[in-house]
Amino acid sequence: MSPTAQEDVYATPGEATEGKVFTVTGNDWDEVVDAAAQHEHLVINMGPQHPSTHGVLRLVLTLDGETVVEARTVIGYLHTGIEKNMEYRTWTQGTTFVTRMDYLAPLFNEAAYCFAVEKLLGIADRIPERAQAIRVMMMELNRISSHLVAIATYGMELGATTPMLFGFREREMVLDLFEYITGLRMNMAYVRPGGVAQDLPVGTVDKVGELLKAMPKRLKEMRKLLDENPVYLRRTKDVAYLDLTGCMALGITGPMLRAAGLRWDLRKSQPYSGYEKYEFDVPVETTCDVYGRYIVRMAEMDESLKIIEQCLDRIAGSELKGKPVMIQDKKIGWPSQLSLGHDGLGNSPDHIAHIMGTSMEALIHHFKLVTEGFRVPPGQAYSAVESPRGELGAHVVSDGGTRPYRVHFRDPSFTNLQAVPATCEGGMIADVVSAVASIDPVMGGVDR
Amino acid sequence: MFGTSGSGDTSGYGGLVVRRGQGLSSPRPYGGPDGGGTPGEFDEVADELERSLGDELADAIERVVVDRGELTFHIKRERLAQVAAHLRDNAALRFELSLGVSGVHYPNDTGRELRAVYHLCSITHNRRIRLEVSCPDSDPHIPSTVSVYPTHNWHERETYDFFGIVFDGHPALTRIEMPDDWVGHPQRKDYPLGGIPVEYRGAEIPAPDERRSYA
Repeated sequence: MSPTAQEDVYATPGEATEGKVFTVTGNDWDEVVDAAAQHEHLVINMGPQHPSTHGVLRLVLTLDGETVVEARTVIGYLHTGIEKNMEYRTWTQGTTFVTRMDYLAPLFNEAAYCFAVEKLLGIADRIPERAQAIRVMMMELNRISSHLVAIATYGMELGATTPMLFGFREREMVLDLFEYITGLRMNMAYVRPGGVAQDLPVGTVDKVGELLKAMPKRLKEMRKLLDENPVYLRRTKDVAYLDLTGCMALGITGPMLRAAGLRWDLRKSQPYSGYEKYEFDVPVETTCDVYGRYIVRMAEMDESLKIIEQCLDRIAGSELKGKPVMIQDKKIGWPSQLSLGHDGLGNSPDHIAHIMGTSMEALIHHFKLVTEGFRVPPGQAYSAVESPRGELGAHVVSDGGTRPYRVHFRDPSFTNLQAVPATCEGGMIADVVSAVASIDPVMGGVDR
Repeated sequence: MFGTSGSGDTSGYGGLVVRRGQGLSSPRPYGGPDGGGTPGEFDEVADELERSLGDELADAIERVVVDRGELTFHIKRERLAQVAAHLRDNAALRFELSLGVSGVHYPNDTGRELRAVYHLCSITHNRRIRLEVSCPDSDPHIPSTVSVYPTHNWHERETYDFFGIVFDGHPALTRIEMPDDWVGHPQRKDYPLGGIPVEYRGAEIPAPDERRSYA
């Protein structure tokens, strides 16, 4: 029964589809034990509803004792057809769909999509500076919240609940900020083609400042818990080893690649949204293991705090204060006049007074832009951002209409999950948990 | 006059079809990501690729398109795997990182309906290019590139799942996102989105694919 390397493990010739059948009726215990002693492989399903598989991920593990002989990954349980759905909405509505892909990093999805749309429109160099600075700040805040979840789940899956509680508590600070700025904690559709949905509300600079003050201490506390914790070290050091060659072949990007020693970060190598204006380092480790990936993520959060501080200086500074946050092109810039009313976010009273009271043309324009949307010249574009998990790319095709013709997301979680067999096979089953956690897959992004 | 009958669009230009030349290559010099006019990075890549392919594979590149600061090579499908190997192995090109496969379906482009689009990145030279390969609906076969870029394993499965492009030579071409017994390939343009009309306060809102389109 045990398959050798050459045989097709899925269908050994001459084997019944259900495999060898044991019927335990009594008095045949010796037979069962003998059969089990003949070095049989055990196939178990981990997931799709296992708490440590990060959402609905299913792993089919072939075990020899406690050693994983073969690990197969089954995905698709969270496929929602976002890419197809976008083909039936306007370009602006697309942001509300992409934001739901990788739900731990919504702003990165929106940004990647908007950069591609802006490239297609040919307006990439006309995006207001203030919008770009806000985008960078929001993305870096998002990177912190995403990494905090990654580390919190790391800890929890390895049996350490305190890092989990700390991680989610700290993340809440960032989510509160998101709620204050965009009105929503997650899936905020804040980045829009042409800029961002609305300017920062009054008091944002102070609130972000508070976070900048509190966060370094909190991160240090977390590192105190984990960095030299002997149990944590035993579970993460030299586990799920994947060197640079393996990473390159499998197309792995992000913290996993940087933990294998390659200083490759799109924010540095192919800067977008003005990243070249900020000073920060790209943390690199050479251990190629789970611990290295943890250290890279922790260090990246410190770097993100540095970037946020510089963004804040720019946004609050005289150069960008009060400047527009949406492109000054009335044929694209929508909705540029949002404001928070007593019943939620909507068109500002000024804008409504303008279109309803004074200008027929403005009303027509508003109506056309809202119902029909803007047209995007035909062609295709690819834009990539460095998301917390690696290169997040958007391949966007337009046929010249008011709706995307095709949108494809190259989600880093999807690609990185291909590393499961390479990192798990030959190891212990307990290390599978740690290996998957270090990939940090988000199934919303994997399945889309 | 512009074929707008039946649509609610009264502007008169809603159905205006712009016919564009098919299959044209961009003129030299290609320039670089920041614009054309003078020979740049894209010319280097194109020259080096031509040199690398030599006489034997000279017919591999069907056309070269430079658009919006991106370089696209349209590759003959039989030659795809060889071209990819050249792009990866030649030290002057060295596109060692592939960002996977994306599919596009153009039902009106007869003979070239299905496209597989590959985005490659060179970490060594910090460049990006795109490969585009087409195949007809009637013969949806494209050679697999998993042997050159192992990361394409799942990406090709995804493109097969969504578009029905069969990647010949793939180690295990099965569906990846849709259930194994699913019928059809959902991202194709002839595959309906589905959905049901929703009633809201007495008014019926049609399913998304039944709503008025302005395109």
